[in-house]
This record gives sequence, C-alpha cells and structure tokens, in this order.
Amino acid sequence: MSALAIRMRGAVKRYGAVTAVAGLDLDVPEGTCVGLLGPNGAGKSTTMRLLTAQAIADEGELAVLGHELPADSKAARAAMGVVPQLDNLDTTLTVEQNLLVFTYLYRVPRAERREAIERALEVANLADRRKAKVDELSGGMRRRLLIARALVHEPRLLLLDEPTVGLDPQVRQELWALIDRLRSEGTSILMSTHYIEEAARLADTVTVMSHGVAVACGRPSELVSEHAGREAVEVYGAPSRLLEVEDDARARGWPTRRTGTSVTILRAEEANGEMPDGERRVATLEDVFVLLTGEEIS
Amino acid sequence: MRRLDRAALMGVLVREVVNFRSFWRSSTFSSTVEPTIYLLAFGFGFGSLVTKVGGLDYVQFVGTGTVATAVLFSSVFPAMFGTFVKYQFQHTYDAILAAPVDTEELVTGEALWIATRSGTFGCFPMLVAIAFGLNPSWGMFVVPVIAFLSGFGWACFGILIAAVMKTIDNFSYVTSTVITPLFLVAGTFFPISGLPQWAQIAANINPLYHCVQLVRHAVFGFQAEDLWHLGFLVAFGLIVWRLAISRMEKRLVD
Repeated sequence: MSALAIRMRGAVKRYGAVTAVAGLDLDVPEGTCVGLLGPNGAGKSTTMRLLTAQAIADEGELAVLGHELPADSKAARAAMGVVPQLDNLDTTLTVEQNLLVFTYLYRVPRAERREAIERALEVANLADRRKAKVDELSGGMRRRLLIARALVHEPRLLLLDEPTVGLDPQVRQELWALIDRLRSEGTSILMSTHYIEEAARLADTVTVMSHGVAVACGRPSELVSEHAGREAVEVYGAPSRLLEVEDDARARGWPTRRTGTSVTILRAEEANGEMPDGERRVATLEDVFVLLTGEEIS
Repeated sequence: MRRLDRAALMGVLVREVVNFRSFWRSSTFSSTVEPTIYLLAFGFGFGSLVTKVGGLDYVQFVGTGTVATAVLFSSVFPAMFGTFVKYQFQHTYDAILAAPVDTEELVTGEALWIATRSGTFGCFPMLVAIAFGLNPSWGMFVVPVIAFLSGFGWACFGILIAAVMKTIDNFSYVTSTVITPLFLVAGTFFPISGLPQWAQIAANINPLYHCVQLVRHAVFGFQAEDLWHLGFLVAFGLIVWRLAISRMEKRLVD
C-alpha cells in the first residue's frame, strides 16, 4: 500500500440543518489522480474546503500529505496547490504579476522565484502572454493561469475544483492534456467534477459522491462493469412509450436509467428474454453515475 | 493568538503592493485631495472669521487637525470597501487562505498595509499647510508614526465592519451614524472645549480626537497628557485588531 496524499475518514460537515458532507471516506494514493464525481450539491466543494481548512469538519479524521487537519493545516497548505472553481485572479495585474504574488504567498525562496515563474508560465503555455493583463485573457487562458498559479511552489498535491466548468470543448481538452501531464510527472491530484468524461479520462480512481457520502469508489472501468454491466440498450420513443418500457423492465428486474429522451436498460448482456428495440451500446461511467446518484446531469 | 508568520504577512503585503501599482494614482488622489480641500475651505472660510484658536493661528490649528481626517479617510474606507470586495466579489481571500496564510495573518497584513498608506497620506495636509504658513518643526517627523498607529486602528475597524455587514449597502449606516460624527467631533476644525459637556466626554472616547491631539502636540510640543492619548490609540488598535480577526475568521472559515 503506497502512502496517501489525502486520507479522509468519516468526515462530517454540517451547516445548520444541512449536512453537506455526511461521513465521507476518501483516499488519494500518492501519484494518482482521483476524481470526485457527483451532481451539484453532492458536497464536492465542501470536501475541497475541508482539505484547505477553509471549512472545519465537525467529525472525522483528515490528513493531507501526512499532516493532520485542521491542527497542522498550514504545513499541508504549503505543500499543495489549489485551483478554485471561481476565478479569483487579480484582474488588473499581468499574468507574470499574478504568479509573482503567489511565489510570495507560497514562500518560494527568493533565489528560485524567477525560475518558478518561468516554469509555471511554461507549464501553462502562457510564456508569450506574460505581460498581458488578466482582463485581456480568454476564459481558457485564465483557467490555465489559475492552474499555473497553483504550481509555482511545485506542490506534491493539487486540488482541482471543477477545473473545466464553463469552457469550450476544445479548451477543455487542452486542460485535460495539461492535467494529465502533471499526473504523469508524479503530482497527486484530487479533482472534483460533474463531467463524467473528465473523470473517465483523467482519473485513476473515481469516488462517486451523493448527498455528502461516497456511494462508490474504484477504477472507472471497474465501476462500470460492477454497477452497469457491459452493455446497455437505449430505447427511444414518446414519453408514454418510455414509461411502458420502464414498467416492463422493472417487472423483469432489469436495471434502467432515464436519459431525458430515452430509457436505457443496463446489463443488457445478462438479460434473458425479449429486449425492446433500441440502440445497443457499451455501458459507460455516466450510466453508473445516474444509477448511483439518481440524478441527471449535464 | 497563534503565531504570525513573517512569510505569510509578507505574502499578503506583496499582493497589496503589486496591486497598488495599478491604482495608486486614484487612491493617492482621493486620500490627499479631500483633506486638502477641507483644509483650504476651513482655512480660508473660518480663517477669515477667527484668527486664533486655542492659542494657535487657525491655519496651524486646522492644518494639523486635517492630518487625522486624511488618516481616517485613507484607512477606514479602503478597509471597509476593499475587504468586502475582496472576499465577497473577487474571492481573493479564498485564494490567500488556500495558501499557507491564516485569517489572523491575512487581517494583520491588510491592516499593516493600509496603516502604511495612512502614515504617508496623513502627512499630506500638513505639508500643504506648511505652504500656507504652518511653521516646520522637528516634531513633524513623529507625525507619520502617529498616523500609522491611528491608521492601523481604523483599518481594523473597517475590516471589522466589512466582516459584520451582510451587504455593501449597509455601509452607509456606519458611515452616517459612526464615522461622520467621529469625524466632526474630533477637534479637527473647532476645539471640543466649546462643546457641551456630554459632547466633550464623547470626544474623549473618539480615537480620532486622540489622534488630532497627538499630531498637534507633536508639531507644537508634547505634553504629559499625550501619554493618555497614545495609550488610547494603542488600546483602540489592539482591541479592534483582535475583533476584526475573530469576526473575519467567522466570515471566511466555515
């Protein structure tokens, strides 16, 4: 068993009557990328805040890079980088100035500051925009700068909170390449997302969250075969027809999920009996997600 | 109280200094021109009616008094609005607290920076007054220190207000019920000795009054009572500093 970059046991965080995190167990083995997958409101952002001690857990144990939280959180924060969901760059400053500020906040020694900024610019492919004000950057560049900013001190652990939300597909793929490169270079990554494809492509293991707890955890492919089987059949039709198909499937004990315009029958390969006409396809992580969280997502 | 890491304070200060480079013109302008206008308006306006106040030429009286006005304007307003904008709209404090910086260091760093600016801006009206007949004295070199100390307290007060208020619109309640009276009843433009007794007592718990007295005495000669003024400013600074930290922590850390 390798060392854990993040170890969370039974974490509980309540806000008044609302329990945002309700006994979460979460492991991020060093050098791996873990995807925290869940619908909006599942507690992903609160989990991220617990890891930087910007929220203090009511119960549970929490250790980041061997530092117990919240007591030793400063040492933990010094060794990790955080990419927030909300852009909080200093917009009147240049790309370079934003990075410079963070070399101070993350205590990069004076002699290494210049080099740290250059390296971050390089990683985020922003070297030719170094003098540009943040206001002048595109959405994708700003997100790359947010990532670069989190890397000035070469953190061993990176927290990414919805790293590609609201971006074009092209820009998203560009960021995936960047994240994948960081992981291949040995940085441990915890990435919260509600994009299935993002988790499926980047994460070594995925933890599916719903209502503040982990409802499943494993490699994406294992999760698919365990929860959704190998194949699925998607049946299209009028709403009344879809209801009929659902009722029929329930009667036969076949697992189904809604996909808005269709009903998907899961574990089609195991089904005995007559399958309704539909499109046969390979089961995906999205099937698992909807099955486990019971919610539709974009 | 936890330990204040020098590196953490440095990080907060560097962020402010780098940002200040992009808006120093406007902020220097408003922090210095406003008190200077007061100085000129009262200096010429009242100056034509009264020649001596409390044994001083009126320009000397008001020229030293408006130092405190400049300190107040350059500390409490940037602290209130800047703090609120930074945590509520720009989410800057989320980024800073994700780094190895605690709320205590964040608040202290921000207040130190604002106090440094106040220490500088506070001297501007005095320099303008010199041009209008205020005699230079060695004691003037102490004025930036008084302005810094006083500015630190007001900065913490502003941060405290920002931490407590739900919306930025509510700031106007504080401005009209707290800051404006404090600004007027501080012995800046007229001596408080002419006020009714209750107002004189009220002035004695006004930190701005103690700042005015200290500045005036620094320029024209210290007196024994200045220890009381200094003590008051130090106590005010310490109390609002701790309050600002604890309220900000409530606001920033869930």
